[in-house]
Amino acid sequence: MSGEPDSLSPHSVPLSALRPGEVGVIAALSGGHSLRSRMLTLGLTPDAEVTVLQNYGRGPMIVRVRDARVALGRGEAEKVLVQRRVR
Amino acid sequence: MSVRTFQKIVACHDTQAPNLASPVVRERPILVALAGQPNVGKSTLFNLLTGLHQHVGNWPGKTVERKDGRFTFNGVSYQLVDLPGTYSLTAHSPEELIAREFILRERPDVVVAVVDAATLERSLYLVAELLPLPAPVIVALNMMDVAQQEGIQIEPEVLQAALGVPVVPMSATQGVGVPALLETVERMARGELPYAPRLPQIRPDHQEVLEVLSGQIVRYVPEPYPREWVALKLLEGDSEVTRMMREALPPERWAAVHAVLRAHDDAQVAVASGRYEWIGRMMRAAVTRPRIGPIGLTERLDRWATHPIWGLIILVGILGLAFWLTYTVGAPLQGWLENGVGALAEGARSLLAGAPAWLSGLLVDGVIGGVGAVLTFLPILAIFFAMMAFLEDVGYMARAAYMMDRLMHLVGLHGKSFLPLFLGFGCNVPAVMGTRAIESHRARLLTILLAPLVPCTARMAVVAFLAPAFFGDAALLISWGLILTSVLMLALTGWVLNRLMFGGERWAFIMELPLYHLPNWRTIGLSVWLRSLSFVRKAGTVILAVSVVIWALSALPGGDVEGSYLAQLGRWLEPVGRLGGMDWRLTVALLSSFVAKENTIATLGVLYRAGEEGLASLLAATYPPVIALAYLVMQMLFIPCLATVGVIRQETASWRWTLFSVGLLLMISLLAGIVVFQIGAWVAKGI
Repeated sequence: MSGEPDSLSPHSVPLSALRPGEVGVIAALSGGHSLRSRMLTLGLTPDAEVTVLQNYGRGPMIVRVRDARVALGRGEAEKVLVQRRVR
Repeated sequence: MSVRTFQKIVACHDTQAPNLASPVVRERPILVALAGQPNVGKSTLFNLLTGLHQHVGNWPGKTVERKDGRFTFNGVSYQLVDLPGTYSLTAHSPEELIAREFILRERPDVVVAVVDAATLERSLYLVAELLPLPAPVIVALNMMDVAQQEGIQIEPEVLQAALGVPVVPMSATQGVGVPALLETVERMARGELPYAPRLPQIRPDHQEVLEVLSGQIVRYVPEPYPREWVALKLLEGDSEVTRMMREALPPERWAAVHAVLRAHDDAQVAVASGRYEWIGRMMRAAVTRPRIGPIGLTERLDRWATHPIWGLIILVGILGLAFWLTYTVGAPLQGWLENGVGALAEGARSLLAGAPAWLSGLLVDGVIGGVGAVLTFLPILAIFFAMMAFLEDVGYMARAAYMMDRLMHLVGLHGKSFLPLFLGFGCNVPAVMGTRAIESHRARLLTILLAPLVPCTARMAVVAFLAPAFFGDAALLISWGLILTSVLMLALTGWVLNRLMFGGERWAFIMELPLYHLPNWRTIGLSVWLRSLSFVRKAGTVILAVSVVIWALSALPGGDVEGSYLAQLGRWLEPVGRLGGMDWRLTVALLSSFVAKENTIATLGVLYRAGEEGLASLLAATYPPVIALAYLVMQMLFIPCLATVGVIRQETASWRWTLFSVGLLLMISLLAGIVVFQIGAWVAKGI
């Protein structure tokens, strides 16, 4: 790793608030049992690093997590709380 | 090694007697289950191994595709069962249940877990779920070539040492590493390989509660489930295992277990995190990858393909191209086949000139007509299948699903339902068969039930004939109105069925977008061949049988439609038809559209003793516009043609669902016709 070390913002925000290119670390998942289970299976676990690839501010968004690209509806993305990685 | 040389090996060993070095051939083939997440290249491997020797069907009672096949390698025969592609083995869907029940109950000799080297971390999650099951697992580290292109370096030996199970690097698309995989499978099945998997552990803060649970259920766990596994699934909140243990445990013991589970309803996260921590250790040991990956081709393409505007334009373009291809290539082929069948029918008719009328009618109209109906569908079907397989194989299907997901959710469907339904505008048959791309049993069933509501070209041909006759200049408007009505009925029916059948459960929108890759022509060709074959074999039989029955109804006892059983049925049904404004002639015409939609016109022509030109004006003079409109609405929504019903039976593997579909459409079309007629008559009276 090069450059100044990254740090995490102390506040957690919904994943849907991150702009394309921003990176977050998952702090918590809300939502029902079955939705959480599907998120966990696809690698969206606490402490996992998520990079936003596409987010137009409305509609679904696309993120990269654990080397795979995952598309989420906005409602689903709002249930993933992340800490923004700031440089 | 290329695909071709590999096949030569398989082929030559097929015919050779087992050589001396190989041990005695076992009586029973080695049973291998092929497991893997979606998009890891599992089907490519399955096709490579079994080629044309595969059997495609459904898992019992489910609209989930089951493929198995046999092959011989090094003198050893194998039976390969392709498990449904799932991300995990927790009972969220029938696919996940099917996969784990197969392993638990059938105890395959070996489970080959296919993982994608380019998304190894996520792919290993299923392996973490497979290892605790009582069948030895071999990891097929597929797509090594893709991983290399992405700059990811994996040391298979290190991964093997870390996992404690054999790991075979390979590339199914290039045919690399497949012989090594099979040798490993054979040695594993013979018990010649050490097998000491390192199992993932639950996150340490939940270790204790897992032990407590495991202690509480001891002696009560039904066969063949391993106790530790059951305890873990209880903590995960697995609905099936929870139900099973609630029934297996004495009430007071269940109460205790239930209390533990309620106190730890966050354990689901601990279990999944435990698995990913285990995966993390494997990754750190065996994988080096670039800190920040270069922006790959996939992400660059997705900037366009999933863009809210450009993505839609691309989707429309691709669909337009698909239809253009069908009509420029498929329609002429279909025309030739129709002519061929027609010539055959004429030849047979003149050959049978001396035979009794019923015999020539049965053979010419019943049998040859039925065979013709099956055959003339083939060119269009093959083209549709090829396009579906191509879009699926290169990875575009997931993007189309992504673009259409929100729209499809309104009717309780998946984004993946969009393309099959859209194909329905061409023909309902490939629409129903195209639902195979939908992994979820429920979404697939719902899509199959809705597909016949998409107005196909044959229905539109009937509209194109009747609408101008009745409505003159307004015909175009009426046609669009009819299409819109069909689509609205589809949406409404989808919404209602989703509420009634599936409790209105809203499918969470979360899906993987796989890497784009070059098409594998072998996979596409095989898919087209197998699907066409299964259409001819399975749907073909139903179509042929029913077309003979319908011929009999329409020709017996007198030999003409007017005095036939069908006409009697039409007269008998007239009171029902009257509610929608239909006299017995229209009812019979509607019923005869069951064989093929175009038959409506032909039947009316017979009943009114008129040619096509005369018929239009005759009908317009006979029926007021209200009745015409009600009739058009009914014929748009009526039971699909016989070929579609045949494939519904084939794809659902259930007469119950097939009859449900027929009954549902009958009801919808009748109700819609009645509503249109009654409102129309009331309005007309007002004027």
